[in-house]
Amino acid sequence: MVATTAILKSQTTQAGRQFCTFFVADLFFGVDVLHVQEVLRVQQITRVPQAPAVVEGLINLRGQIVTAIDMRRRLQLPPRDGDRTPMNIVVRTEDGAGSLLVDEIGDVLDVDAASWEPSPENLDPNARELIRGVYKLKDRLLLVLDTERALDLAVGRAQ
Amino acid sequence: MESVPIQDQEIVGEFLVESYENLSRLDQELVEIEKHPKDAALLASIFRTIHTVKGTCGFLGYSTLEKITHQAETLLSQLRDGQRELNPPLISLILETVDATRKVLASIEASGKEGPDLFQDLTERLRLKAQLPATSPDRSGQDILLGATAQLPKLLATAPDRKPEESAVKSSAVADANIRVGVGLLDQLMDLVSELVLTRNQILQFNTEREDPALNATSQQLNLITSELQEGVMKTRMQPIAMVWNQLPRVVRDMAVSLGKQIELEMDGADTELDRTVIEAIKDPMVHLVRNSCDHGIELPDVRVLAGKSPQGKLTLRALHEGGQVNIEISDDGAGIDIARVKQKAMERGILTPERAEKLSDREALNLIFLPGFSMAKAVTNLSGRGVGMDVVKSHIEKIGGVVDLFSRPGEGTTVKIKIPLTLAIIPGLVITSGGERFVIPQVSLLELIRLEGDSSEKRIEHIQGTPVYRRRGSLLPVAYLNQVLGLKSAASAEAVSMVVLQAEDRQFGLVVDGINDTQEIVVKPLGKQLKGLSVYAGATIMGDGRVALILDVLGIGQRSGVLSESHHEARAATEHRTQGGIEQQRLLLLRAGSFERLAVPLSLVARLEEFAQSAIEHAGGGQVVQYRNRILPLVSLRAVLEPGAPEQDTAPDPLQVVVLNDGDRSVGMIVDQILDIAEDVVTVRQKSNRKGLLGSGVVGKRVTDFLDLNQVIQASESWVQGTGGIGSDKRILVADSSAFSRGLIRAGLDMAGYQVVEAGNLDEAIRQLEKQPLNAVVAGLDLPPNGTIALLSAMHGRSDWKDIPVLALTDSSEQMQTPAARKAGFQDCQSKFDQVAMLESLARLASVLAPPAIELVPVGEEN
Repeated sequence: MVATTAILKSQTTQAGRQFCTFFVADLFFGVDVLHVQEVLRVQQITRVPQAPAVVEGLINLRGQIVTAIDMRRRLQLPPRDGDRTPMNIVVRTEDGAGSLLVDEIGDVLDVDAASWEPSPENLDPNARELIRGVYKLKDRLLLVLDTERALDLAVGRAQ
Repeated sequence: MESVPIQDQEIVGEFLVESYENLSRLDQELVEIEKHPKDAALLASIFRTIHTVKGTCGFLGYSTLEKITHQAETLLSQLRDGQRELNPPLISLILETVDATRKVLASIEASGKEGPDLFQDLTERLRLKAQLPATSPDRSGQDILLGATAQLPKLLATAPDRKPEESAVKSSAVADANIRVGVGLLDQLMDLVSELVLTRNQILQFNTEREDPALNATSQQLNLITSELQEGVMKTRMQPIAMVWNQLPRVVRDMAVSLGKQIELEMDGADTELDRTVIEAIKDPMVHLVRNSCDHGIELPDVRVLAGKSPQGKLTLRALHEGGQVNIEISDDGAGIDIARVKQKAMERGILTPERAEKLSDREALNLIFLPGFSMAKAVTNLSGRGVGMDVVKSHIEKIGGVVDLFSRPGEGTTVKIKIPLTLAIIPGLVITSGGERFVIPQVSLLELIRLEGDSSEKRIEHIQGTPVYRRRGSLLPVAYLNQVLGLKSAASAEAVSMVVLQAEDRQFGLVVDGINDTQEIVVKPLGKQLKGLSVYAGATIMGDGRVALILDVLGIGQRSGVLSESHHEARAATEHRTQGGIEQQRLLLLRAGSFERLAVPLSLVARLEEFAQSAIEHAGGGQVVQYRNRILPLVSLRAVLEPGAPEQDTAPDPLQVVVLNDGDRSVGMIVDQILDIAEDVVTVRQKSNRKGLLGSGVVGKRVTDFLDLNQVIQASESWVQGTGGIGSDKRILVADSSAFSRGLIRAGLDMAGYQVVEAGNLDEAIRQLEKQPLNAVVAGLDLPPNGTIALLSAMHGRSDWKDIPVLALTDSSEQMQTPAARKAGFQDCQSKFDQVAMLESLARLASVLAPPAIELVPVGEEN
């Protein structure tokens, strides 16, 4: 374990980075701003019958069809209150764009590389699969979301 | 050669374009050389151009043109060799040759023939000029020329005099009507048009909501123009499949001759149009499959007669559009595939254990043919049996989102079915609703719409043991309910039942939907990878109101609802199961590498676990190796395979943890970060992975574990692949010739014979290619720029690693290079440029006999 985390650390802490932050339930997440294509209010979503439950549906992003993944379900958290409309964070991945449905968008934060730490061992395994590490901010912890894995439904499904 | 066969028209077209390009360059160069008569490079270039035109004319059988250019070439070669001085009359003569050539080309373009004018006068003058003693070049030459034609000096001296003649030659339609456009630009246009179509649909929607005559007129106009634009842009990218098929009669003929078989080739649907990129992608697979059919499928005439068939075998190619896909079938009436032998071969190769072989169904066994490195050939020939084949075909087709299927009956023949989706296409579709959602059904799958009204409407759908059927004109049609198939809430029992009758493959079924809207042109967009696994959808599209609608996959719907048998699918699932079967109920070695916390390898493939000190690692052949049990063990870092581009470990652990993998007599060491455990568990692979190096993930010991794809790990070990001549490595040939056209011709022949071809148009490029990769042979024309092919020979002789590469000289029909002379010059052999059979024979001989053993790439395990 020690060797791997050391390497992860060296990769992610080369320079301070900017994170687009958001909330899913009480979890505070961040995605590297360079991976974020855009942030949208909720769009008209077309449901996809027979699709995995985490797939909320398809949205039309100016002619591009993007799959929207509900982060609550992805993290196996209880569903959002009925009257709260989610926000879309459209992220770029190797396999094209994908949209993450989250509760609320936070600020874009500059984080200090030195405050990085690997995700704690005792984290919920559903979340741990998708989290690359943690930045210890002054007042709270920022969880770095692995967008590739979050959009790769193969990850964590067996749990 | 009076008329040109249809399949050669393409070649002639290319010839015309290339020749026109050459001629216009020639004009400039001739003018230039008049100013600098001593410029040797320019002269050499002029010579080469004429030479190229001559060579290809000879090949295509244009004798008049060949005669003219041949005489001009002789003259030019004298100039080039310094036997003759360049002077204005001479240049005029050459310019006249260029004009004559242009006239003949125009005639070929217009009528396919060279025309009545044989230019005997010009040819004669050229011949006379060339025959003149070189010692008295100027005066006498001019005299004779003047005697022969008094017009000549005028021709050169006063340009206006030449004008009328030039304008008589209509400027070429071929050269002028074509421009080359990058495919990237066409793709971009296509994307833009797709967007435009969607916007148009939205505007039309607004139009129906408003009563504005002006808007109405404008949107109608927009509608028309968009449709035409869309059609036009689509067309720029579409090519008939004949582009690929045209070369096949020749392939079949050559195969038949060399195998002593009689094969008739039948082609159906050659005008089926495919997207350009698709055409490119299916080229190699098509040739592979046809060669396979000729070689392994169709039997020798006497065998066929014994089996009660006609001595002449039949190979049928069929192409058609179906359901937004293109279906291509290659079938032969040959011996079929001997399943017992397939199994035996697989066992010999260690792909299959005897126990598994017994359990394997025939269909599963047939699919073994698609595994990498599998070859049914008894011996390696230059035709087939090099262990590259069906797996490559499969991967090529799958790369463009297609599917390959194999059907075979012993004694009756083999059929390969390829399905290629048209992901780019804009297709007409029927919009329907079900469970409150909109869906699109591709129009091509649609046969009819049925509406059952009145109280008894539900009753018209009858049930046989719970299976709904409908009596349609006297025959029973199986029926499915879309709501049920997709698990949607069914609408409150309506008064009427709407049913669409669909066709998938060759079967029909009825699909009950809640409502039928209208037909629309839709742009098919692929689904994200999260939804790729859903067989009921073919894609998605954006509707007029800007919302996304799913496109139904009629075949998938049929299979899911059970109205179509799933034999197809089951077989495929079984195959997938089998390829992953190796990791079921097995003992697994668990390890860690890079950011992959838990990776699994079947223990049965692991020979030993070793630790090597860093100091024991040596470098050879561009990779890491270690001396191990008196052998050299190639090492491959698992981290590098799984996470290419990731930074190296700063402090690599010492000693290194290495898993030694064995497969037959091949070994490779896989460097891992840590060996975790050995687990024995029942494993189901839950999810296939697209990631390089991984088969998929599953649960081992209650934790998610990634399964390594050892094939890919092994392929990453360059030395393993090279040392044993593994998968996908063919003999590599460099084709060096100044003419792109000639290179294309030679390349086509070599490609068909299964060689890997790299090209070079001049000495520099040739040297670069030699440096870039190990080559088995060089095939070269004699006039490689800038100084002829001899320069390449001497360059190659100067390098120890190149001097043993055989060089085959290719001459034009009229060049009197004899083999002994060629040998003396340093070529290993000499053949005519346009005698492909002789060239291939010679090459097969050279590449196998003379190739240095270090790059002998015939795979092991083919001896039997």
